[in-house]
Amino acid sequence: MIDHASLLAVLPELILTVGGLALMLVAAFGGDRMTQVVNWLSVLTLAMAGAALACSLAHGPDAFDGLVRADAFSVYAKALIYAAAAAAILLAPRYFLAGGALRAEYPVLILFSSIGMGMMVSAGDLLTLYVGLEMQSLAAYVLASFMRQDERSSEAGLKYFVLGSLASGILLYGTALLYGFTGTTSFDGIAVAMSDGVGKGELFGMVFLLAGLAFKMSAVPFHMWTPDVYEGAPTPVTAFFGSAPKVAAMGLTVRVAIEALGPAGLDWQQIVIFVALASIVFGAVAAIGQTNIKRLMAYSSINNVGFALIGLAAGTPAGAAATMSYMAIYVVMTIGGFACILQMRDADGNPVESIASLAGLSQSRKGLAAAFAIFMFSMAGIPPLFGFWAKFLVFDAAVAANLTALAAFGIAASVIGAYYYLKIIKTIYFDEPAAAYEAKGGAVENVIMAACAAVIVFGYLLNPVLDRASAAAAASLF
Amino acid sequence: MDGFPILSLMMAVPMAGAIACLFAGANAARWIALGATLIDLALGILLWVSFDQSSGGAQWQFQEYYPIFGRFAWALGIDGIALMLIALTVFLMPICIGASWQAIEKRVGEYMAAFLFMEVLMIGVFAAQDLYLFYVMFEAGLIPMYLIIGIWGGADRIYASYKFFLYTLLGSVLMLIAMMWMVHEAGTTDIPTLMAYNFDPHVQTWLFLAFFASFAVKMPMWPVHTWLPDAHVQAPTAGSVILAGVLLKMGGYGFIRFSLPMFPEASSQLAWLIWGLSMVAVVYTSLVALVQSDMKKLIAYSSVAHMAIVTVGLFAFNQAGIEGAMMVMLGHGLVSGALFLCVGVIYDRLHTREISRYGGLAINMPKYAVLFLLFTMASVGLPGTSNFVGEFLSLMGIYQASSWVALVCTTGIILGAAYMLYLYRRIAYGEQKNADAAAMPDLSMREVWLLAPIAAAVLWMGVYPESFLAPMRPDIRALEARLAPAAPAGDSKIKMGAPRPAGDAHHEEVSAHGEAH
Repeated sequence: MIDHASLLAVLPELILTVGGLALMLVAAFGGDRMTQVVNWLSVLTLAMAGAALACSLAHGPDAFDGLVRADAFSVYAKALIYAAAAAAILLAPRYFLAGGALRAEYPVLILFSSIGMGMMVSAGDLLTLYVGLEMQSLAAYVLASFMRQDERSSEAGLKYFVLGSLASGILLYGTALLYGFTGTTSFDGIAVAMSDGVGKGELFGMVFLLAGLAFKMSAVPFHMWTPDVYEGAPTPVTAFFGSAPKVAAMGLTVRVAIEALGPAGLDWQQIVIFVALASIVFGAVAAIGQTNIKRLMAYSSINNVGFALIGLAAGTPAGAAATMSYMAIYVVMTIGGFACILQMRDADGNPVESIASLAGLSQSRKGLAAAFAIFMFSMAGIPPLFGFWAKFLVFDAAVAANLTALAAFGIAASVIGAYYYLKIIKTIYFDEPAAAYEAKGGAVENVIMAACAAVIVFGYLLNPVLDRASAAAAASLF
Repeated sequence: MDGFPILSLMMAVPMAGAIACLFAGANAARWIALGATLIDLALGILLWVSFDQSSGGAQWQFQEYYPIFGRFAWALGIDGIALMLIALTVFLMPICIGASWQAIEKRVGEYMAAFLFMEVLMIGVFAAQDLYLFYVMFEAGLIPMYLIIGIWGGADRIYASYKFFLYTLLGSVLMLIAMMWMVHEAGTTDIPTLMAYNFDPHVQTWLFLAFFASFAVKMPMWPVHTWLPDAHVQAPTAGSVILAGVLLKMGGYGFIRFSLPMFPEASSQLAWLIWGLSMVAVVYTSLVALVQSDMKKLIAYSSVAHMAIVTVGLFAFNQAGIEGAMMVMLGHGLVSGALFLCVGVIYDRLHTREISRYGGLAINMPKYAVLFLLFTMASVGLPGTSNFVGEFLSLMGIYQASSWVALVCTTGIILGAAYMLYLYRRIAYGEQKNADAAAMPDLSMREVWLLAPIAAAVLWMGVYPESFLAPMRPDIRALEARLAPAAPAGDSKIKMGAPRPAGDAHHEEVSAHGEAH
């Protein structure tokens, strides 16, 4: 029996589903001529879904007997996901036009992926979790190989699919174990079953579940796919991978860890601490030798996931809030950074990806160079840019939870990461100019880039809002 | 001045100038930068004049508080110590702009913007009354300095810029963790409150070490000083001036504002560490300075030695020592800045910093030789110049705490005389071996106007230091009172003699009294 309130609680997903299906028909019958129309309509759909989040919150927190959650946490994460997805749609047309692959399916796939991501962050049951995850992944596999004629793109799609399926298998195995040993798939039920001590079977299930999630977040040691997929996928798709699915995977992990596995906190805390530190160190060290900017961003994302996980490792409401704040700031930096990377085109308008081609950019394209520098300094965590605040919050939560040693080690390792961001700034500002880029970027790219840069520079003024939103989101988990 | 946000205004003016410079042409940017720094200088003078330095005045003045950042606030306010360092900053900035007037030809707008942004951050560091605001300002300084060294620096600038950035960043991040711990413990980010908070002595040691990691690198203390010679040598002249003049003082300011009042027990327990490192620094870096063939490197090493005098003065735990440390900081800020300008003057003419390429400049550049001699003597610590006052007070202070440290550190004065006079002899005296050096023209009007104000300030500080000591005295007294319960017992056991009739006062006392002025 489906009740009225439950349907209203999933209104954003309904809007996206209906919109996505309708736009697929438009794309099928209208052909690629309709691409721009479908793009804008998709953004509109996402905006409407975003507006419907208020309705969803009003009818939460539980829908469909706890299968789906419509709480402050899911609303917070979905708002981020929809915004990042919209940016990924808007950034794409110019790139695909140059590559001769401007097709109307791209925005539709992103919409479907967004539904999956929305389900991930509002899952209240292992089954909803799995369905959401697969829905997101399936669309993502296709997106990675969207440039069909490009060998690297196809390879990226295939690699992502094979490794992604493996991870799904691991995750499913963990799900099965948890179900077998606790007798339920609902998060609340699992927490109740574990509250009298964590058995061996439950522990195994938890480890497999977390391993599958670590793959989706691209945390060490399940990060291997990231550099190849980031490099091979078309750049707008990489921008998408780097932002929205990361939020979804992180949100899902936080929810599962706290709502379902809360009683096993001490057990998963060790795992999360290891994964966090390993990601920070590996992401930083491996990025140093990179010459391709997209590969570098891949390692940077591994590094960033490590930092975000430090908040989760604290295991407190403040820690969860810090992780979600981190993801919000990280999404802005990533989208902004990719808006810059998408403007890396030679004089004929063909995309270039080598870091060396950025040399001396500050002399030919001042605005682009300044934006690049802002995002890089911000990712390195240098105040007064907003990226510092993201790191500040997670380390502050760790210190408050008496994990001072973890915080000290993590923050010291962030200095390694600072090196490769500095290297990009050095290339842009200190080196002799290389062949010039095209004289002007696209209007949309410039607007998104400038907006993100403004948030990064003036972000501290948003602190009261961000603090309140992320605190409310975290509070709904505990 | 009640309620007027003068400190915010002093930060807003250069910030507005920086933004304007980014969009202005080369010449316009120069004038905007000069105008902005001169307005700030005027505001700085106003600040000093309206600062209540009587002993009955409030410790913190010109306070502003706007809780706009959520977890921390835009909280500003200064005491006498911060006032002096802000005065030093706004005094040196127009000189830096003037020094770059012709030396910088490419990307002038960005250069001036970086300098003005730097000024905003330096004032922010000294005026911040919120722990996190301080950290933001302290760390943000890396960005403009990295760009200044990397874009406008010498041949090996990229290595130097990386080293500067990563070294100081690594030092600072641990301090941030300590700050977080303190804020959770004390429940406030307000610096004046934290200065009076008594942390558990066991934890104090850890907190002290975390702060020490940051300030020791910034200061810099031996053995983490190695970034300084590289950064100085590669930075453009004005960059070196601001680095030596103000940025190094952030380390000393950190000790005096955070380490000493917040962790008095740990400071006392670990004083041996500071003393030991300072003793090594004084002797070792002075000897290293003696064998340098690069002028800038020589002055950079001399900075390390002078900063060691600052740290021993600070960790003397008495008023004389701390006052002396502050005076050395101010004096060194002026003198080393001036020395780098002097190097810049001849570097602009011959484009080399090799000492052996010069010689006999007193013949063809008499004005230059006079000013350079004055600053050399000030660096040596000749009575009548700024550094004498500070060094004398510092060493007097440390003598009360440990006579051995005083003994070793005093050799630094002798070694300082050795390397500075040796430098001066090789550059200004002797025969004119190099024809091109002998043909260099004397100081231009612009260069005289850059050096003359510093010379005046150096002499003023040497002849009448009371102008500079008076605003700081109540704050340093308060600090001494805070440290008193923890201060280590001195080994010199000075006994106050009974006062005698003025007629048969000791001859030594008269001379000691005379020297102190």
